[in-house]
Amino acid sequence: MVRRVISLAAILVAFALMSDAVAQQTVKVGAIYPLSGNAASAGNYSKAAIELAVEIVNNAHPELKDLPLAEGSGLPGLGGAKIEVVFADNQGTPAAGQNQALRLITEEKVIALIGAYQSGITVTTSAMAERHGVPFLNPESVAANLTERGFKWFFRATPVAGDFARAYSDFLKEQKAAGQKVASIAIVNENTEYGNSVASVIRDVFAKDGLNVTQVIPYSANTTDVQPQVLQLKEKNPDVVIFISYTSDAILYAKTMKDLNWKPAIMIADNAGFNDPSFVSSSGALVEGLVNRSSFAPGKPGTLSALVNDLYKKKNNVDLDDASARAMQGMLILADAINRAGSTDAAKIQAALRATDLKVNQVVTGYNGVKFDEKGQNILASSLITQMQGGRYVPVWPNDKAAGELKLPYKGW
Amino acid sequence: MSAILLQVIVSGLLIGAVYALFSSGLTLIWGMMNVINFAHGDFVMLAMYTAFIVWTAFGGGPAAAVPVAAIILATIGVLSYFLLVRHIMRGPMLAQILGTFGLALLLRYSAFWYFGANFKTLPDDMLGAPFVVGSIRIDAPRLLAGTVGLLVTLMLHLLLTRSALGSRMLAVSEDATAAQLMGIRPERMQAVAWALAAGATGIAGALIATFFYTSPTVGETLAIVAFVTVAFGGFGSVPGALVAGLLIGVIEGLSAFLIGPVYKDVVVYLLFVLVLWIRPQGLMGKA
Repeated sequence: MVRRVISLAAILVAFALMSDAVAQQTVKVGAIYPLSGNAASAGNYSKAAIELAVEIVNNAHPELKDLPLAEGSGLPGLGGAKIEVVFADNQGTPAAGQNQALRLITEEKVIALIGAYQSGITVTTSAMAERHGVPFLNPESVAANLTERGFKWFFRATPVAGDFARAYSDFLKEQKAAGQKVASIAIVNENTEYGNSVASVIRDVFAKDGLNVTQVIPYSANTTDVQPQVLQLKEKNPDVVIFISYTSDAILYAKTMKDLNWKPAIMIADNAGFNDPSFVSSSGALVEGLVNRSSFAPGKPGTLSALVNDLYKKKNNVDLDDASARAMQGMLILADAINRAGSTDAAKIQAALRATDLKVNQVVTGYNGVKFDEKGQNILASSLITQMQGGRYVPVWPNDKAAGELKLPYKGW
Repeated sequence: MSAILLQVIVSGLLIGAVYALFSSGLTLIWGMMNVINFAHGDFVMLAMYTAFIVWTAFGGGPAAAVPVAAIILATIGVLSYFLLVRHIMRGPMLAQILGTFGLALLLRYSAFWYFGANFKTLPDDMLGAPFVVGSIRIDAPRLLAGTVGLLVTLMLHLLLTRSALGSRMLAVSEDATAAQLMGIRPERMQAVAWALAAGATGIAGALIATFFYTSPTVGETLAIVAFVTVAFGGFGSVPGALVAGLLIGVIEGLSAFLIGPVYKDVVVYLLFVLVLWIRPQGLMGKA
């Protein structure tokens, strides 16, 4: 009996030692994305992109040698440790996101968080990280106020609403100079954090630039019917419409505009739902000529972005889209910081994130690099304007980044 | 009246008929057995995927998808009754609520696992171009769904009030023990009710798929409307669901168009609360 107890104890001790040894070889990062709910499709593509980023870091990819950490395997700064990502589902609600953040921090003991797609959910999840002193990297949420909260642990890699608004403004002014009519502009926005904040930034920038916003239509994204919105547009008949929407509503707008037979001369979509691969495959044929923004274009064969896109496509049968590319870039930025920190200590990772300095050739997205200001905003983020042409988005503006020619007016179906 | 306002009302009536269509199954189950089926929206979702599969695998339109979805969903309804509902009805009220809620989550996450999170849509021109009457456009898929919605509601109503089967079902719903003494088997009648309700939901889903997107969570979005429609019209009343559906469709459309889309829910729910305040049993429910 005594012998049996001793051998059992020995086994337990051995297990404890082993799991300790394993723990030293992996670092846990928590990722919060909408894996169910209305944005689940976009969330799952982001998950696939983050998994690929981790695969690139953990294994040797000599063909991607410009990308930090790609050439070798694991994190050399932590003795070759591998990254393990624990995914959590924010279910499309700020409350669920917050609970998941708490669970990842207190139970999974993650050393950093990445996420959470919807701006409104990034608000609550990052607040939880801030309270616990855990670094939070946000790859894609664009609401302006996220970096205005005085947070110390929050870092955002994506270009923000102000950047897009200026891009749209410059783009429209150029079209006006070329003879397009842009006298009346309508904004149609979903009414959570994302839609409201982007709409208000666009209105401010346009007002300063002398562009005339004549109609603003906020609506709830979780709707069964968008006919009244389209009829409101049809009644006022603006020259330009800017949609700020998630996927389900984007699909309904594309269908309903065709059903009610109305289209503007220039139709702009602020990314999000209109960039979701499942929107492009289901409704791309209904929005030919739609102008959009993107931070990612696969680029010419052999370039870093094209090589990474090939890896992604091989696994998921679709191209990286703008949102998933930014999620992947976010994970790579975080991995680079953890590696340079050389430690799983939160304060050291925070300092390393602050010192991030990636060059234009070291990033997969079309950013000019990555460098965070004191608010945690990436000051080198940038975006380009694309157009739906024959079922896919082609970069058309500015001219030095264009791969195709802009075709106006908007054709639709 | 301006042409656009007329269009708003017509569009509202069409979407309202569709609301009535996918609410009739929910109200039927309630009227028959005082059970709220929280999996109702996910039944609609399964029917929508059925329509999608019928089209992608066999190239079949609604003419094929509607009967197939009706049969598949009726089967799922009967299975749900015998495997789950029959047992939880013996338990406390909370078990009944959580039981069908559990079924809802099971169906939803099975759909996530099997179909993935992607949004699917059927081709837009499946049923041809919209009808144009003057300046009013009537979308063919919505017209079909609305018309079938009216027919299905009418048939369910006639079945319940004018047929021997309907009388037997009502007898069971009023007093199962007394019905049993009269030689009616309550379980069989309740299984028939589940088959009818789920079958009607199957028809609804297959038709909605022709103009809506399909995703594993679409049932959540639709179920809220169904619950409001049923409570508004009166729990258990099939004609009530029809009237409530049409009313909600038009009120939503008008308030969204005239006041703004974000206010339409305020208007609808305010009206909803008012109706329940004055008539707690709903517009056409029995007191």
